[in-house]
This record gives sequence, C-alpha cells and structure tokens, in this order.
Amino acid sequence: MTTQSLPARTDSPDRTPAARAGRPAGRRLLRQRAGRQHHAGPLAYVLLAVMAVLSIFPLYWTMVAASTDNTRVSQTPPPFLPGPNLFSNLARAWDEAAMGKAMVNSLIVAGVIALSTVMFATLAGFAFAKLRFKGRNALLMLVIGTMLVPPQLGVVPLFMMMAELGWSQQLPAVIFPTLVSAVGVFFMRQYLSEALPDELVEAGRVDGAHSLRIFWSIVLPVARPAMAVLFMITFVHAWNDFFWPFVVLDMTNPTVPVALTQLSAGYVRDQSLIMAGALLGTLPLLAMFIVFGRQIVSGIMAGAVKG
Amino acid sequence: MATSTTKAPARRGALLHRLDIKGAPYVFVAPFFVVFAAFSFYPLVYTSWISLHDVELATLDVMEWVAFDNYVDLWGDSRFWNALRNTITIGVISTVPQLMMALGLAHLLNYRMRASLFFRVASLVPYATSVAAAALVFTMIFERDFGMINWALGSVGIDPVDWEADKWPAQVAISTIVIWRWTGYNALLYLAAMQAIPADRYEAASLDGASRWQQFTHVTVPGIRSTIVFTIVLSTIGATQLFGEPLIFGQGPNGVTGGADNQYQTLGLLLYEEGWKNYQMGRSATVAWAMFLLLVLVFVVQRLTKRLRSRTS
Repeated sequence: MTTQSLPARTDSPDRTPAARAGRPAGRRLLRQRAGRQHHAGPLAYVLLAVMAVLSIFPLYWTMVAASTDNTRVSQTPPPFLPGPNLFSNLARAWDEAAMGKAMVNSLIVAGVIALSTVMFATLAGFAFAKLRFKGRNALLMLVIGTMLVPPQLGVVPLFMMMAELGWSQQLPAVIFPTLVSAVGVFFMRQYLSEALPDELVEAGRVDGAHSLRIFWSIVLPVARPAMAVLFMITFVHAWNDFFWPFVVLDMTNPTVPVALTQLSAGYVRDQSLIMAGALLGTLPLLAMFIVFGRQIVSGIMAGAVKG
Repeated sequence: MATSTTKAPARRGALLHRLDIKGAPYVFVAPFFVVFAAFSFYPLVYTSWISLHDVELATLDVMEWVAFDNYVDLWGDSRFWNALRNTITIGVISTVPQLMMALGLAHLLNYRMRASLFFRVASLVPYATSVAAAALVFTMIFERDFGMINWALGSVGIDPVDWEADKWPAQVAISTIVIWRWTGYNALLYLAAMQAIPADRYEAASLDGASRWQQFTHVTVPGIRSTIVFTIVLSTIGATQLFGEPLIFGQGPNGVTGGADNQYQTLGLLLYEEGWKNYQMGRSATVAWAMFLLLVLVFVVQRLTKRLRSRTS
C-alpha cells in the first residue's frame, strides 16, 4: 500500500496556491487535523488502553474458542489461551455452514454494491457539487431526506416484488435495492465541492469537452481518494448487512451473516464450531481493517457533520 | 459557466452543447433517484396499502381487502405492546450509554498522543464485525453455566445471572452487543467534529479561568451539538429496527419470539414473526407502519423539547 493516492496526512503548507490547483484541498478534507490539542496524560493512555482491550477482546476470544474443542470451551474458568484445534474447527465450519459458498456470495454482493455505489455516488456528487441545474437544492434535500427512511419499513412489498421478479433466494434480490446510497452521494458531494476547483471544470468546457468527458478525465482523478474510502465503507456495510439478506435468502444460497445464523440453530450447540464460523466470517474484514485502517478511519471522520 | 466560444462550429454542435449543459446533470443524478424510487420509496408507500389487506405468504398475489382490521388487531395484541416496550427500553439502554461513552472516547482520542492511529483503528474494530458474528460471541460470553461474565461475577462472589431467561439481564446483554459495535464509530464522528472547533474558543475559555472539565462542557459539547443530534437520529433509527442482535441471542433463526416469554422481542422481530413465521404479510406490514409512527413520534417529541428548551433559555 503506497500512501501516494491516499488522503494522506500531509501537514505541508499546501493551503494557499497549490490548494487551488487540485488535489491538496481534498486531502485537507479527508485529513485528520492535528495540533492545538492538549497532550495526553497517563490517565488518558490507561483509559484508551482499556477501551482498546474491550474492543478487541471479544474477537480475540472468538479465536481462542474456535481453537479449542467443545468440552474445553464449556469449562470454568473459560480458556484464555488458544488451543490446538483452530484449523480443524475452521475446516469443519467451512463445510457445515456452507462457508465457501457464503464467502463467494458475500464477495459478489459486497463487491458489486460497493462498485455501483461509488460510481453513482461520484456521478451524482459531481452534479450536485459543480453543475448548475434547476431543482438542484430541492433534489439534494431529497437525497438527504432519504437517509431518514429505514429500509425495514418497506420490507414486505420488497419481498413481494422479488418473488414476482423471480429473484427470491437469488443474489440480485440483495444487490438491486442497495445499488445506490444517499450517504455516498452526500459524501462525494462534500468532497468534490472542496477538492475539485471550478476552474478545472471550466477549463474542460472551454476545451470543448462534454460533461461525461469532463467527468471521466477531470473529476475521476480528483475523486479517487474519496472513492477508495467510500468503496471500503460501503463494502463493510454490505458484507455485514443482515436483515434483508436474512429475509430474502435461504440457507441454500446465503451470504456470510445469514450462514452464521445457521450454525447456532441446532439444539446441540457446538460452541467451538460456532466460534470458528464467526471467525471465518469476520476475518476478511479484519484483514481489510489492518491494511486500510487509516483510510477507513479518516473516511468515517470526513463523512461526519462538522461543528 | 462556459459560454459558447465561437459561432463558427456548426449549429448542431452548439445545440448538442446546450443539451449537454442542460441535460447531463439530470442524467448524472438519475441512477440514484431511479433505484431509490423503485426499491425504497415505492415499497415504503406500498406497505401502507398492504397493511389494509389480508395477504398470505404462500399466495402473495391474493390480496383481500380488510380495511383497518390489521390495525385494530394489532392495537389489541399484547405482543405488540410488549414488543413496543422492549424496543423502547432496549433502545434507551443501548443508545444512551453508547453515545455518552463515545463522547468520552472522542475526547480522549482528541488528545495529542502517541499511537493515536492505533487507538482509532482499535476502537473501530467492532464496526467491522457483522451483527451475526458479534451476537454469536456475546451469546457465549453471556452463557449461564460457563459464560465468561458469570465466571467473572462468581469470582467476586456474585451469584450467576440467567442472562437469557430473565428480562432485564437479557435486554442488558443485547444492548451490550449494540454498544460494543457502535461506540467507536460514533466516537470518530464526534472526534471529527471536535477537531473542527476553533482553538480560540478554548483559549478564550481558559483565559476566563475555565477548568478542563468546564471547557469540555461549555466549549466542546456545544461545539459538536449538530453532530450529537445527528448521532441521536441515526441511533434512534437503528434502535427502532433492532433485529439481528435479539434474534441470534435467542438461539438463531428460531429466536424470532425474542425469548420464551417474548421478554426481548422487538418490533423488528415481531414484524418478521408475523410475516415469515405466521405467514401474515398484511399484519407484518402493519407492524412496519407502527415502527414508522414510533420514529415520527420520537422526532416530534425531540423537536418539541428542543423548542421548549430554547424558549426557556
């Protein structure tokens, strides 16, 4: 991972002249602003360490439980150190919960949703940030308003719709309703209003480029850091999404979270197996967090309402 | 905006250019609105129509008009009031501590320190965990006989708690899952807002002799007020829809009853039970409407208290 294309924390004084020329202003938006805070005392470190342990411990313990056998898990005191059975349990969970299929499904679902969300959010975000058209503000308010509509409220008709389309138990039923995101549109609009100078767009017009061409060769390069962040955040959400996939998919064709519920459904609960499954379902995202942690953190912070 | 540069290039070019300028923005925003209209707005409206009908899961195309029968039934159904109460209580005991802890965590993260990136990423790790995985782990941690919590309580001489069968312990356990997953996320939203507070406000406050705690309550908290409102709105919507945590805490897909006595059945679970266990889609749609009304009510109350408070101050 290079830091080249990222919303890096360049604290260089690129504010004035260079900032108007393109990317740096956008980086400034995504960058965590440092400085002028108090220094942390020992107490702050202790409290933060406690918080970090509380955050990470359940996942660590998932790994511990997944690596022991079932009788050991059910003893008191519970095990705190990993046992020898991690890989055999993972292999069992892989078979019994159809994890292979679930992983492929989740990868397809989350990948397609993240790609399309990023693409459409960048298009719409560009229009809202830099193009002038009638009803722009009203439409933008509408976008923001849709954030307040919980998807659960429409679940019954949506289910009927999918049955009619013949998509029940099929991945398109999960993918289509989530192809776009209001949060994504808003996020890209905020980013592009700052990161994309009007002059660049106008220069493109003077050169005779049409809007799609401007989008392709001027907007996309500027938007790339924010697009990467939005992709990751959307991917995490889509991968973890539970309610709608649970309603519309069945165990023959599940996503990872849906497959996980199957593990805990039996009367005799094989705890090590359940934990192995939970670990399997979490590992891909954990890996992503370890590699792209900084980008995801700055992306969520950039999406916040300031002040 | 760009003016047409020369008159020489054919009129067709100018026309296309005008068309592009006028039309392109709508084309760019269209995908969002088309998808939203088809898969969110239309179902939302259609929910109310379905709630006035009898529809069986097995025969979705047969809709029998029953007017407001579903609403009357729901009003007289003790399971509904129970689910409504549970949704509200779990919502409160998961949201209030969550946002307060997030505020504290954000304040700590806002210090200048070593390893700040590590702490930020660490507090966001639960956010990467799916509801399903998190609920499975916490179900085990809260297990009655060998769970870690009861073991820890036992080691300080407290009797084991039946976290699944008893109402309040079960609701606390479920809230713990919600709190664990979302505290770090909210903390980052607060942190972003805190970093946008101008430094001179702190300088002015400290010149006035404000202690660090007074600076926190008088500068930091008011400074991020709109973010706090934003997170309250988001968590309220989340709490109204609570589904995965109680479902899995109640032993997987069979957990739609929310415990043997429905002691933690939420509106989300009831919606699913009516539709996909009892096969009554019309009644399920009615529960969806009840959830919507609950949300509206919460926001009206929130607006009113805000207005009252600003009037008194």
